[in-house]
Amino acid sequence: MNYNWDWGVLFRDPYLGWIISGLGWTLVISLLAWVIAFSLGSVLGIFRSSSSPVLRAIGTIYVEIFRNIPLLVQLFLWYFVFPELLPDDWSRWVKRDMPAPAMTTAIVAIGLYTASRVCEQVRSGIDAVGFDQRQAGRAIGLTEVQVYRYILLPNAYRIIIPPLTSEFLTIFKQSSLALTIGVVELTAMTRQIEEYTFQGFEAFTAATVVYSLVTFTVMAVMRQVDKRTALPGTFSKGAA
Amino acid sequence: MMFDLDFSIIPANKELLWEGMKMTFLLTGLAIGGGIILGTFLALLRIAKVPVLQHVASAYVNFFRSLPLILVIFWLFFLVPLIVGRPVGAFSSVLVAFILFEAAYYSEIIRAGINSVRPGQLAAARAIGLTYGQAMRSVVLPQAFRAMTPILLTQAIILFQDTSLVYVVGLRDFLVSAEIVANRDQKLVEMFLFVAVVYFTFCFLASMGVRYLQRKIAT
Repeated sequence: MNYNWDWGVLFRDPYLGWIISGLGWTLVISLLAWVIAFSLGSVLGIFRSSSSPVLRAIGTIYVEIFRNIPLLVQLFLWYFVFPELLPDDWSRWVKRDMPAPAMTTAIVAIGLYTASRVCEQVRSGIDAVGFDQRQAGRAIGLTEVQVYRYILLPNAYRIIIPPLTSEFLTIFKQSSLALTIGVVELTAMTRQIEEYTFQGFEAFTAATVVYSLVTFTVMAVMRQVDKRTALPGTFSKGAA
Repeated sequence: MMFDLDFSIIPANKELLWEGMKMTFLLTGLAIGGGIILGTFLALLRIAKVPVLQHVASAYVNFFRSLPLILVIFWLFFLVPLIVGRPVGAFSSVLVAFILFEAAYYSEIIRAGINSVRPGQLAAARAIGLTYGQAMRSVVLPQAFRAMTPILLTQAIILFQDTSLVYVVGLRDFLVSAEIVANRDQKLVEMFLFVAVVYFTFCFLASMGVRYLQRKIAT
């Protein structure tokens, strides 16, 4: 292997700054997309477990559509196709006047996609709390909304902390897809360093270390959260 | 805008699109095969009674699961020619990336499958005189693979979708072929809608098949 090592490149101007700003954008995309995924996914998960056939159908259709199209294709649909299908004024706004069009599109696309996965986790959490709890709640006179608010959801979320952690980490990794529509997040930044300096080994190592460190940190923190919030009498195995 | 879509572009370019689809299938097939072989090997290391091997295998799995697939594709796109010492096509480096990456996920599935086989099976196989290797190969693994077929197939559907990421190195799979046509003829809307419908149809039908299989195995 013929290669000129130069680890110093990572700490030279402007490359160190690139890595830091790349990580910053990666975190911004991940956290905002997670807000969408978590809130919409929770609503859809409740829909899919509810007693209303209409709500259940809405949840099912959403999950099937968003789960069966590759995220990259969805990203292109939102970025290239969606604006064209809107009335002219709106289309102009989405393409030109919307703040940070590529970034916003990436956040929305990744958020909506992951909502379908969060939905399935929330639904399985609610299922895991059990049908008896639901019936017991109704028997003591709670409405269905109250049963969800006071019994099913507080228990379900505590059960699904490990799979939700995995879903968040999936978003964190998938935020790299934003580079395909021109968002310069962490992976794109290191690719750029490779192209400018030809020090691919150092550049990709930097990205690898940063992604791993964030992942392992999140897992360690969430394992503690999971332990603290574990339901009495259940096993809590920590993030997968 | 909505009403002047022109889908005649699809039949007009069907050879190019079909070539791309074949590439997508080829990559998916080879990555599944390679991923399962390497994944099985890793799973066997993880359940082996040798602590060093266990640690190596679990470090491998945790490492790859903490990385974005795109980064792994870039890594191998950069590394493979460097290691081989001459330029290689995007296909070989992408294939290596997919096998290394997917093996981490497959090994977790396969390990769970092996653990689902009752320990008495291994003990009984050893008792009738099979070696550990023979017992694994002819008693434990066949049962494990049968139990985990639905999850392996679900992972295959995810992998089929993931192959679209070869876009980042420009390998001509289905998505890239469609994008070439779309940009050349200024038909982005039609082509990307078509791509979405095709992926959806394949994945939806496949996931229905998996669900059917799951019910059949369960009963």
